[in-house]
Amino acid sequence: MTDVYVVGTDMIRFGRFPDRTVPQLGAEAALMALDDAGLTIRDMEALYCGNLGEASAMVGQRILHEIGQTGIPVVNCANACATGATAFREGWIAIKAGLYDLVLAVGVEKMGRGLLGADRKADGIPTEGLLGSGTMPTVFATLGMEHTRKHGTTFEQFAKISVKNHWHSTMNAKAMYQIETPLEEVMGAEMISYPNTKLMCSVNVDGSAAAVLCSEKKAKELGLMGRAVKVRASVMTSDPYTERDLTMPDFNTCTQLAAKKAYEMAGLSPKDLDLVELHDCFATAEILHYGNLGLCEEGEAGALIDRKDTYLGGRIPVNVSGGLLSKGHPLGATGIANVYEVTTHLRGEAGKRQVEDARIGLTHVVGMGNACAIHILEKVD
Amino acid sequence: MAAPAAELKPVVKFLKRHADGRPYLEGHKCEACGTVFIGERSVCSKCFARDRIRAVELPNRGTLYAYSIIHRSYPGVEVPFVSAVVDVEGGGTLKGNLMGVKPDPKTIEMGMPVEIVYGDAGRTDAEGHHYLAYFFKPAAR
Repeated sequence: MTDVYVVGTDMIRFGRFPDRTVPQLGAEAALMALDDAGLTIRDMEALYCGNLGEASAMVGQRILHEIGQTGIPVVNCANACATGATAFREGWIAIKAGLYDLVLAVGVEKMGRGLLGADRKADGIPTEGLLGSGTMPTVFATLGMEHTRKHGTTFEQFAKISVKNHWHSTMNAKAMYQIETPLEEVMGAEMISYPNTKLMCSVNVDGSAAAVLCSEKKAKELGLMGRAVKVRASVMTSDPYTERDLTMPDFNTCTQLAAKKAYEMAGLSPKDLDLVELHDCFATAEILHYGNLGLCEEGEAGALIDRKDTYLGGRIPVNVSGGLLSKGHPLGATGIANVYEVTTHLRGEAGKRQVEDARIGLTHVVGMGNACAIHILEKVD
Repeated sequence: MAAPAAELKPVVKFLKRHADGRPYLEGHKCEACGTVFIGERSVCSKCFARDRIRAVELPNRGTLYAYSIIHRSYPGVEVPFVSAVVDVEGGGTLKGNLMGVKPDPKTIEMGMPVEIVYGDAGRTDAEGHHYLAYFFKPAAR
């Protein structure tokens, strides 16, 4: 099977765009990624589109209505917060299968504001605050408390994640916020679901990101290998049975399983990674995934952030983009924005936040329900 | 507020009543592997056995596995409250409100025994019906 390369990628600056439609935002990132590759929509053999909010409304086709109706197949993907990564991976699969040489993956989302999480209301009365809480901050806060129970992780250690990612975002012009938040400010912010304060929750923003995927043969033929980044692994899992998963969604096991498969596929170990963009939808979540992705021994995550090992300049920088916490989390765009971030570092084009000599990077997302997707990307010599 | 207990409608389908009106929570147990699920099903998602699931009455005892203290929820939801995940004795995991504790992490101990109790949900639907809900409260060791 052919190797697959990212030959073009970009994202719009995440923000709030009340006057623009989902297809318009998607179209902008699509054109930026095509420009980055030096290609046009005419060169694309298929489009894989990730969007959650308008999942039944043919967003991929509507993007083509904006940028060029070439008649190519369009696959619209919805997979909770793993939506963008799912679209990217579907493109990877198609090239791997030998069906196409060049495909476009776009992730796009317009978000409302406020708390995410559905209240059950089929018949009877709402159960939020009656039978516990189903808000997203609570789901990930409860998982954080499980980490506390097992490993003694403290509120302060969770808060430090937010301090780090907000600092990272000051170096990313495409992040929603570029504001430093000292530890006292993070810990003293409005408590949402203990231990997650408001500054430990990801930002609901609008955004889009896109990537052009290419087979090895075609990339060489078109002279695109110079800035190409190789996809060393693409893995997706759902939630295998675990004891409490159906009551308390288990994002640990599906991530551990995906990580194991991704390292196997790439023939790499966590020690080979130079940077990681992982799913910090809440500060507590980032702590969980340090162990899940093998960045530290199980239970050492608190010490990892205490030592600043995951800061830019540290042993294994995590979320140097600012992460979902400060760059923002437009659900369908997030997975591809992660690919953009890692690719930018592997190309040595990340400016002030550049991870020095980055050769290999990992992207990770989880979607509640559950889905986990991991990609390992490598610089091409 | 409280309508007579017998007139309260169960807030979830797995909250059942005995013939004498006493409420209980119903689990579904796989006879092949022993796993207890909350909610009806016919196939075991752990061992994949088909048609080996039978309804069981869950005991009103368990232990607190993990929790969060909610200070901001949807508009109209009274805060703070403790959202608790409880492992039921003998199998099965439930989420619910932990009552009778201070909403302060210093006072809530993961692993502590809890009791499942029943009462008026304190909310009514559009037609004014009252509902029966379950709650957790700390149990004596």
